[in-house]
Amino acid sequence: MGLKEKLHGIKEDFKGKKMAPAFNALHTFLYTPNETTHNGSHIRAVDDLKRTMNTVIMALIPVLIWGIFNAGYQHYAAVDAANGIIREASLFGNFFTWDNLAMGAITVLPLVIVSYLVGLGVEFIFAVIKGHEVEEGYLVTGMLVPLIVPVDIPLWMLAVAVVFGVVIGKEVFGGTGMNILNPALTIRAFLFFAYPTWMSGDKVWVHGAKDVVGTPDAISGETILGAYAQNSSVVYDFADKFFGFIPGSVGETSTFLIILGGLFLMFTKIASWRIIFSAIVGAAVMGLIFNGVVDQGWISEGSKFYGLMNTPFWEHLIIGGIAFGIVYMATDPVSGAQTNTGKYWYGFLIGFFSIMIRVFNPAYPEGVFLAILLMNVFAPTIDHYVVQANVKKRMKRLKLKTA
Amino acid sequence: MSKDIKIKKGLDIKLVGEAEHTIADAPKSRTYVIKPSDFHLVTPKMLFKEGTSFKAGEPLFYAKKDESIKFVSPVSGTLTEIKRGAKRVITHLVIEADGTDDSVVHSNIDVNTASAEAIKERMLESGLWPFIKQRPYDIIASTKTTPDAIFISGHNSAPLAPDYNFSLKGKEVQLQAAITALSKLTSGKVYLGVAKVSNSVFENLSEVEMHTVSGPHPSGNVGTQINKIAPVNKGETVWTITPENLVIIGELFLTGKFNPERVISVSGSEVKAPKYYKTKIGAEVSTFAYSAGINSDNVRMISGNVLTGNQVAADGHLGYYHNEFVVIPEGDDYELFGWNKPVFNKISSSRALTFSWLFPNKKYDLDTNTNGEHRAFVVTGNYEEVFPLDIYPLQLLKACMVQDLDAMEALGMYEVAPEDFALTEFVCVSKQPHQAIIRKGLDLMHEEIG
Repeated sequence: MGLKEKLHGIKEDFKGKKMAPAFNALHTFLYTPNETTHNGSHIRAVDDLKRTMNTVIMALIPVLIWGIFNAGYQHYAAVDAANGIIREASLFGNFFTWDNLAMGAITVLPLVIVSYLVGLGVEFIFAVIKGHEVEEGYLVTGMLVPLIVPVDIPLWMLAVAVVFGVVIGKEVFGGTGMNILNPALTIRAFLFFAYPTWMSGDKVWVHGAKDVVGTPDAISGETILGAYAQNSSVVYDFADKFFGFIPGSVGETSTFLIILGGLFLMFTKIASWRIIFSAIVGAAVMGLIFNGVVDQGWISEGSKFYGLMNTPFWEHLIIGGIAFGIVYMATDPVSGAQTNTGKYWYGFLIGFFSIMIRVFNPAYPEGVFLAILLMNVFAPTIDHYVVQANVKKRMKRLKLKTA
Repeated sequence: MSKDIKIKKGLDIKLVGEAEHTIADAPKSRTYVIKPSDFHLVTPKMLFKEGTSFKAGEPLFYAKKDESIKFVSPVSGTLTEIKRGAKRVITHLVIEADGTDDSVVHSNIDVNTASAEAIKERMLESGLWPFIKQRPYDIIASTKTTPDAIFISGHNSAPLAPDYNFSLKGKEVQLQAAITALSKLTSGKVYLGVAKVSNSVFENLSEVEMHTVSGPHPSGNVGTQINKIAPVNKGETVWTITPENLVIIGELFLTGKFNPERVISVSGSEVKAPKYYKTKIGAEVSTFAYSAGINSDNVRMISGNVLTGNQVAADGHLGYYHNEFVVIPEGDDYELFGWNKPVFNKISSSRALTFSWLFPNKKYDLDTNTNGEHRAFVVTGNYEEVFPLDIYPLQLLKACMVQDLDAMEALGMYEVAPEDFALTEFVCVSKQPHQAIIRKGLDLMHEEIG
């Protein structure tokens, strides 16, 4: 008797029992179920939700691996800098090294593990209580969460935030597919507002920076956005920023890999190209407006907004979390706009507001997660107007006929 | 007069086992079965008790809501059994054929000169009426309303669909008679959608407005054509009727006899020699299924097409409205890592490690596995790619699920039938039963509004 038959036997034993969803969730990871169609369409396309979610995870893996190496690299670079040694980043010279991997792995992997264990734990509990199958939504959320937090976040904080995000952000609305806000961003927002000192400032982005604050070998771990916001000079060149040899949240640094991931998602038709495309346009438009304001001389070099406003519009797209947010978070189909026309507006406004919040938010110079959450809330409104246009067309047709 | 309708959105599902263009006579069926469930929302009132004998074309029962709508026997024989299901609902009427061609003969009516009333009267008493369906609600047409238009699709774009130009060859006279008759029953026009082919059986028909349709499935769905030609507004009614039923209608007007004979396609990957068979409505599927040969035991037999048909057992019967019979493998098996491994042998509308986009002309051998479990709606935008109607499919489905009648009406529920949602159901990542959702929504509307 093979594994397949054994598992089938166990599944039959569990049938109708409380724990059935928990077993089925694990079982279906090994085997697609033996369910068949009934009346209606007798054949079905091969895509299911697991494959969809899995595709997003595949697009996230390169970013995660980069994040792991970068966590190690930034730590050692900062230690060197504290000792007065300036490092020149080189991919195989001092980036892909065993030391970086080891240091990155012990800081980043616990985040991934905690995120998945806690989040899936909550999902399983809700599935068993409510008696439905475990939905795959958390597979992506669980991977996104470790990528959008600072490396040094305490694990208990992450666990609390994940519980909050999954329960309040998703399950209270009815679970996967019903939520209004992107659960990963709900988790991020919870962390940001509950533990602001941990989530902003310049000491959380590099592993070890917090422990040595105030000591003579204190290390500077500020992000590029932080530097711009304080009108101080930025030490990184274009290649550093584009390829990701910079401090920041775990997954957001390498714009290059994010672009590759985004192209993959658009090609596989998993992510909406409409949202990604229009979000980039939106961000560029806002960036250009600010550049124009600076060019007109309406704002002086002394202004606290000068640094970020003067940042060229294309650079805004590369630094900070905006690329990551647009590719992996704005494209969440559940919390985003659901009509094709609505997606253009939704994406455009996300890009537009991201840069606006980035420039004007004095406390925390990253706007993309707030912009996406804001647009999550307005997505149903956008859809409403798009759908109403269709409804009106139908009404007009009726009036023409009866008139 | 011909107008073009070009459909861009849609999906051609190419399956192996297409029927070869030869017609065989199916072995004579011993029994014939009429299933009242084929006539949606009709509650049958029996005219006969078990054991009664009758001729072909003699009424068996009428609709409880409208006594004038009669349903006739396809053959002469004896009503041997009335099978009932839950709540004593009649599920099957089993007729044992006596092998004679004894048929009711109606007096001749010349469709060119007859009045609308006479035609309607004849259609009702001779059992032709159930062939006419109406929208809204996708049910048998009401006898009380005059339709604003009549739509006929002479193009079948569904997977493995029978080729009308082959199966209806030589029936031009009947088609014309039926169209002439029907054109008197509407205040508007009769519209006919046809594929772009030469020597079509439809090309010389008159008294219709011909539209050439092209593009992927569902370009052949009558619902798609209605939406592109003259969408149904609130308060309007249109009739739809399929060409194979036009032939039966036409023949009755020409000969006075109800002749339920059909050329059906027997196809699918599990059929040894897929081809066309001449058979009758309600015949045992085993008569042609085993004549064509079935490859294995674990198969799904479908009366109708793979997207909208009904599952039938090996001892089942051909549905009242069906003109094809398909046999595909049953997919009741597990597949190791089926959710993440690259897939070459199944169709997908995405490119998520699925490679059907690379081979647009490849024919697939699909089984009935759902390829995943039922989930809440998550993915957006994929229905629109295969849904050419000017309607928001996801929003309409959700309106049906929450039984929001106002939203259903505003979003275009009057225009659709479950079959219009067959393709969105096929591509649905969440494996939702779209057609059942729409059917329930239509029933609710019919109950509350219609």
